[in-house]
Amino acid sequence: MKTKMGYAFSMAVIGAALLTSGLVQAADTYKMDTKGSHAFIQFKIQHLGFSWLLGRFNTFEGQFVLDDANVEKSSVKVDIDVASVDSNHAERDKHLRGKDFFDVATFPKAGFVSTKIEKTGENSAKITGDFTLKGVTKPITLDATYIGGGKDPWGGYRQGFEATTQLKLKDFGIDYNLGPASEVVDIYISVEGIKQ
Amino acid sequence: MLANSESGYGLVSVLLHWLSALLTILLFGVGLYMVGLSYYDPLYHELPEWHKSVGVVLALLSLFRVVWRVLSGPPAPLAEKRWQGAAARLVHATMLALLILLPVTGYFIVTAEGKPLMVFELTLLPALLELTPNQTDLVGRWHLWGAWALIGLAALHAAAALKHHFIDADRTLIRMLTIKGQ
Repeated sequence: MKTKMGYAFSMAVIGAALLTSGLVQAADTYKMDTKGSHAFIQFKIQHLGFSWLLGRFNTFEGQFVLDDANVEKSSVKVDIDVASVDSNHAERDKHLRGKDFFDVATFPKAGFVSTKIEKTGENSAKITGDFTLKGVTKPITLDATYIGGGKDPWGGYRQGFEATTQLKLKDFGIDYNLGPASEVVDIYISVEGIKQ
Repeated sequence: MLANSESGYGLVSVLLHWLSALLTILLFGVGLYMVGLSYYDPLYHELPEWHKSVGVVLALLSLFRVVWRVLSGPPAPLAEKRWQGAAARLVHATMLALLILLPVTGYFIVTAEGKPLMVFELTLLPALLELTPNQTDLVGRWHLWGAWALIGLAALHAAAALKHHFIDADRTLIRMLTIKGQ
């Protein structure tokens, strides 16, 4: 719930922005810096319950709209090229791309579109949204943390976040038996956005 | 004895032929079976390792077959009709080409991300080039289709040999079972 004070503060910020710039610039759009690879989507899953297997998606695009004054009005969208899955093992990756797992021939894209953002602390928020994988779309919630932002040394402006969540493989139609310790996958996302 | 003569095959050609046939059938069966194994199957890791190692052995054998064919040509053809000779030559050439192309595609699947191919836990075949995921999957499909094509042609080849033996009652099959080299 937003407080009256918070609302008044938001209005004051917007008012100040109007006065100083003469424009209403409530939110800025940031493109995830996948080109410079300052954006990562990693996963980890237990192997037999003995260790963690780590991997990542090498190819994706994303952008977020950041409304500093009113974080709830921010949004984020990511499109993932599932075939870019990389666990540093050619035959395992080939297996992951195949029908037992992602079936990238039929479902080449995965993606996330936020539907609701709730501020949970000074630098943290819960980002709820629709996640699509292997043709299944389900709501998931990311625990996001603001890392930092500001002018970069090359004339741009950047903001960076990290986020975590957990997914049940079965929820997305992946039921290949990897054992009881390996039914849930941890997702770790770290992204830096460049203001457009 | 070792080399082929005008009237028959020598020991080297006969051994190469039957060893190739045995390994091809084994590799095909194991290849299809191993990709369907569950993660908890005791052979989940073992069969692919065997398939790769024996695949390299068959690749070397096939390369030597090409060399041997140049060094010691086949005996005079038995076919009475011209189209039979042409069909036999086409099938033989295609099978030999597949015997070379199948291990090449297999090698590219294993080494797609730059890791070497291990042969009998001893020798490493280094990766020559890295492939994109799409290229790797394409090469994988070629490997599967190529294997089916080879087995299909081998079945045709065997059926033709049996037809020659039982229906035409000629020496086609006998010739590959007896050593009449020089």
